[in-house]
Amino acid sequence: MQTFDLAADGLRTLNATLHAQAETTNQTTWEIINPKGSHAIAVGLDAPIEVNVKGSTGYYCAGMNKQATVHVHGSAGPGVAENMMSGTVIVEGDASQYAGATGHGGTLIIKGNASSRCGISMKGIDIIVHGNIGHMSAFMAQSGNLVVCGDAGDALGDSLYEARLFVRGSVKSLGADCIEKEMRPEHLEILAELLERGGCDAKPEEFKRYGSARQLYNFKPDNAY
Amino acid sequence: MCGIVGLFLKDKALEPQLGALLTDMLITMTDRGPDSAGIAIYGDKADGRAKLTVQSDQADTVFADLADTLGTAIGSAVKLTRKDTHAVLDVPADKIAEARAALKTVAPDARVMSAGETIEIYKEVGLPKDVAARFDLSKMHGTHGIGHTRMATESAVTTMGAHPFNTGPDQCLVHNGSLSNHNSLRRKLRRDGVHIETQNDTEVGAAYLTWRMQHGATLGEALESSLSDLDGFFTFVVGTEDGFGVVRDPIACKPAVMAETDQYVAFGSEYRALVNLPGIEDARVWEPEPATVYFWKH
Repeated sequence: MQTFDLAADGLRTLNATLHAQAETTNQTTWEIINPKGSHAIAVGLDAPIEVNVKGSTGYYCAGMNKQATVHVHGSAGPGVAENMMSGTVIVEGDASQYAGATGHGGTLIIKGNASSRCGISMKGIDIIVHGNIGHMSAFMAQSGNLVVCGDAGDALGDSLYEARLFVRGSVKSLGADCIEKEMRPEHLEILAELLERGGCDAKPEEFKRYGSARQLYNFKPDNAY
Repeated sequence: MCGIVGLFLKDKALEPQLGALLTDMLITMTDRGPDSAGIAIYGDKADGRAKLTVQSDQADTVFADLADTLGTAIGSAVKLTRKDTHAVLDVPADKIAEARAALKTVAPDARVMSAGETIEIYKEVGLPKDVAARFDLSKMHGTHGIGHTRMATESAVTTMGAHPFNTGPDQCLVHNGSLSNHNSLRRKLRRDGVHIETQNDTEVGAAYLTWRMQHGATLGEALESSLSDLDGFFTFVVGTEDGFGVVRDPIACKPAVMAETDQYVAFGSEYRALVNLPGIEDARVWEPEPATVYFWKH
């Protein structure tokens, strides 16, 4: 295992070192100590490595991730796993606003609560939250799955496209064009796999599914050019 | 973007370190606000005495005989303690309004930063580390304090545009965000006789809270009504003689992190500002909810 002291060696060296890991690297496990809420820790990774961050992180941790597993042993600041392409990001604590925003793929697991705008404009990422999520989550979400074992805040799924939203607890309010939908067997199957991947102690039957009513302007063929 | 830090001590043993802890937090927030910095610190209280903290760009001349001239004007002894461009005027508590009024005549170039029994506000243009050094903030002690690093968006980078703003006796406000209805609200408050000095949006926010409280609202009520009367983005932290409060607008895009232990309640725009606090590893750390007023009191 490689240990990197962020307080001693600095962020640019850290990210350059992690970027230098090739597909076939034998340095597959990394531990980052003294993160102290720093910004942009382990961003832009593109190798099948595991990075354990021993503490809480600031803005944009694990952004643009490909292939790597980034495990934050603390809480994450705004924009964790933003624009992730593949791989896995796990946050042991809470995540601040816009966690997993615009993510194209991969899995983001948040063991605590996520704040506002979780999964905003998600494009294929799977986000699994053990706790609650804040307002305006999954705003304009296009594809992927958002699983919430706790409650959702105001305006869930506003202006949603094709993403699937699964919420076990209450939803404070639904956003424009977001509706509750029937939970069919194929959804239970998808959800069961997501809950297992996220390590959640919850049953698929306890959840409700929400999705787009497809009634907004952009869904009307007559409005197409 | 701006940076806010706040520290409310529950453990008296930490009071001698308040300035040092807050200074470290403030400097960590430099890249959120390198234009100006300020701090409101709640320190010693002496029975029957009150403090006016004043600032002047011509401090050498303005402060030279200010204690004497102000003392003569109000008919009581005034003690002046100078710190760089600021001075704390120690006056009888029952003459603080008189002293404030007299300053306009005896020292027209002095500007009142704060008034109250325990509050002192120091703020200037410059990097937070330089501002902290000019006022020797790290040596200050007290029960609680609030600091701000400014990246100006709505008005000029000046001392009067820096935060905190004194909103009433022993009260202050700092702000991260921008208010979009400050021009119309300024006109409305001025028509109602409220004195607003600059084109700054936060000063209007501070004046709004003062005005609401002058009309009988408590600070909590004033903060509640700010949620509907102020348009724009804000995370506010307010200080009072015995406590501090936090409120975020309903959109809550301006960041905020809080930490609580048996020894203190701390606020930071980012977690990074809190990492050197004692016992932070075991603190309860959370993000304050939107449109919710939080308050801690001694």
